[in-house]
Amino acid sequence: MRLKTEDGGWSPYLAGALVGVLAIISVYATTQWMGKTHYLGASTTFVRAAGLLERTVFPDRVAANEYFTKEKVRVDWQFMLVLGIFFGALIASTTDKSFKLESVPPTWEERFGPSIGKRGAAAFFGGIVAMLGARMADGCPSGHGLSGMMQLSVSSFIALVMFFGTGVIVAGFVYRRRAS
Amino acid sequence: MSFDQILGLITGILFGFLLQKGRVLRFDKQVGAMLLQDMTILKFMLSAILVGMVGIQLLASFGIIALSHKAMNIGAVLAGGALFGCGWAVMGFCPGTSIGALGEGRWHAVFAIAGMVVGAAVYAELYPIFKSTVLAWKDFGKIGVVEVLGISPWLIIPVFFTGIIWLFVWFERKNL
Repeated sequence: MRLKTEDGGWSPYLAGALVGVLAIISVYATTQWMGKTHYLGASTTFVRAAGLLERTVFPDRVAANEYFTKEKVRVDWQFMLVLGIFFGALIASTTDKSFKLESVPPTWEERFGPSIGKRGAAAFFGGIVAMLGARMADGCPSGHGLSGMMQLSVSSFIALVMFFGTGVIVAGFVYRRRAS
Repeated sequence: MSFDQILGLITGILFGFLLQKGRVLRFDKQVGAMLLQDMTILKFMLSAILVGMVGIQLLASFGIIALSHKAMNIGAVLAGGALFGCGWAVMGFCPGTSIGALGEGRWHAVFAIAGMVVGAAVYAELYPIFKSTVLAWKDFGKIGVVEVLGISPWLIIPVFFTGIIWLFVWFERKNL
């Protein structure tokens, strides 16, 4: 088993195992220093970001919204964690020269051509549907997929099977060319 | 910045660094997994789960940390999981990786991120409707596999490890 990939990345087994170590340290650190165990997650931050943005235009609407009230619109630990992912990826990619400005992903271009508008529209509507799903299921591949599985949560096993199972079916329809 | 925010930021930087090094932030890797052609993201996720599971179950069994299961609300998990899968396949990112993809220069992730922020606002608007329909079917509460099966996690984990390692061997043999 190689520890490096051809493009200078790390073996996904190694990088993944280190995320496991990070998850353990993080639950310990948050419990010790914040008084409550926090698990890695990402999708709730999108609710808080939506609330913060919407609040600048319709403050009363956000204040009166049951879901925003429940999830508390504020820049908390997880919000900063999600921002941190951006900087971590920036540091990793610029130091090993894998940083690349890309306007359309290669796999997408192969199937649907180089149009940024087409890619942008699909990603935007895909994003709306995915976030509705993640909030309904109360987690995404971070909260359910990583943190929930580590805790052996029943809901996370089922959520992960649904995420991946549906993803496989839909991706098959969207990206596979018919053999004609 | 408060202490909590600094701790979150440091954790996130490390998380993003490892996600990027594992090369799992890319659209092509995510769609590649869903087309069953490139299992990089599954290798990454399952390795994280195996390692994290042992540590977290150990810390929990000594009472050092508290487990926090997400509710097993059947309608929410099934319908939400399916909706997420549909959107994920088209978008080619999940919430965490979209932000990371932006960090490694894949700026088209902004469309996905914008869509997800709008999706979150739409969810907040529709929440009362979901609450009385799909979220109201049946909620089994915050349950764990350990309580449901009534056996020790130290019997479940070896079974889990064996299954995953077998899967890894199969991935490598098939060059996935």
